[in-house]
Amino acid sequence: MSNILLQVEGLEAGYGDVQVLWGISLKVERGSMTTLLGANGAGKTTTLRAVTGALRPRAGKVVFAGEDVSWLSAHAKAARGLVLVPEGRQLFSNMTVQENLEMGAYSQRARQRFATQLEQVYAMFPRLKERRDQKAGTFSGGEQQMLAIARGLMAVPEILIIDELSLGLAPVVVQQLAEALKSLKAAGVTVLLVEQNLHLALALSDYAYVIAEGRSFLEGPSAEVAAKPEIRQAYLGL
Amino acid sequence: MSTLLEVSHISKRFGGLQAVDRLSLTVNEGEILGLIGPNGAGKSTVFNLINGVYPPDTGRIFFAGQDITGEPPYRVARHGISRAHQIVQPLAGLSVLDNCTVGACFGRQALPLAAARKAAREVVEMIGLGDRADSLAGSLTTAGKKRLEMARALSARPRLLLLDEVLAGLNPTETERMIETVRKIRDSGVAILMIEHIMRAVMSLSDRIVVLNLGTKLAEGTPREVADNPDVITAYLGDSKLLTAAERPA
Repeated sequence: MSNILLQVEGLEAGYGDVQVLWGISLKVERGSMTTLLGANGAGKTTTLRAVTGALRPRAGKVVFAGEDVSWLSAHAKAARGLVLVPEGRQLFSNMTVQENLEMGAYSQRARQRFATQLEQVYAMFPRLKERRDQKAGTFSGGEQQMLAIARGLMAVPEILIIDELSLGLAPVVVQQLAEALKSLKAAGVTVLLVEQNLHLALALSDYAYVIAEGRSFLEGPSAEVAAKPEIRQAYLGL
Repeated sequence: MSTLLEVSHISKRFGGLQAVDRLSLTVNEGEILGLIGPNGAGKSTVFNLINGVYPPDTGRIFFAGQDITGEPPYRVARHGISRAHQIVQPLAGLSVLDNCTVGACFGRQALPLAAARKAAREVVEMIGLGDRADSLAGSLTTAGKKRLEMARALSARPRLLLLDEVLAGLNPTETERMIETVRKIRDSGVAILMIEHIMRAVMSLSDRIVVLNLGTKLAEGTPREVADNPDVITAYLGDSKLLTAAERPA
């Protein structure tokens, strides 16, 4: 079996009259943490939406675990283990922690593994276990992000796709999240990460793709990308 | 170079959000000023304040020496400020030429219909929509609609043109054409204040750049100065101090 879990080829997508993506290609290796970087408006979230099925691609291919899933709906992809942790958390704020986690385990596959998965998730985030009966809406931003990741894990992901991990969070909270991501990686979870802080994203990940203006701009092992002067150009145009 | 637009210490609050906080900037005659900043920095709010969509909570706005603070959009247009919106809003059931005629009727010179139509025709040719002058606005492609949005604004014969992401959603060829068009407009003597996310374009077009972050001015200067400014780099790429902290063992 190929070690490539997710492969995106020549992806084009947009909203109404506005085309945002003009050909994005990337690969994510099983067990790796890969980051997708780029300035505001470069097309990161649109890429994730098109990959996960929230948005229909106009052209290009999404191959997941050897299967062309380009035209599958979001829930069908989620059921196969292609799971998104959306930007802005999008929790059910009037539900408790535990109820949110139950909602994460919606697919049949996830329901079957609910008990063991819940145990693992609580072991990874003991704070969530302590507060399992508290309503999600009463949590701080950082705790909500933890819960959003935990809810994603409840779907038994083959790959966890995280959009804007640290957006709007205080530095100390971001460091806690960074630790959480490291433990995900240690547990062998494949992650595709979109993160506004380039330094953090490159420090956490194995491989990086930088996109600009809806196109692939550069890629490489994260440590090499971090050393490239062109990366500033992708963000600042000069 | 003389000052055309002077924005002085303007602020705007929406509920708990201070969208713009004591911002000052100037646009000189004949220049292109780029207004950039991360999402939510307050760029579009600044445009809304300048063209009178809502009045600032504090501060003044002067245009060609006149205080225009708090004037509604149709009066601001009369003074000679036109705006091309990010989300194009053509009158879909009217022709390209008629859309621009409307712009000319309600613009700086408030032209009567025949003169407005003549002015509109000139702009439509200049902007490269001549062969589509009689087409319905709604039938244009995205790039065509973006051009029409600019043409309608220009038909008002403004002295200052506010361009809000006119390059968004264009393909590479269309983007290059649009960049040329923006240059052509500037060369015709119209000053331009532009919000643009496509950094390569805004950096190459602008004479000066103002960087907004959290409603305040983070930096100002030539494109080169701004791109080399450490505060700007941090705002765009993230704080590198977080990296060393994240790398520390827990």
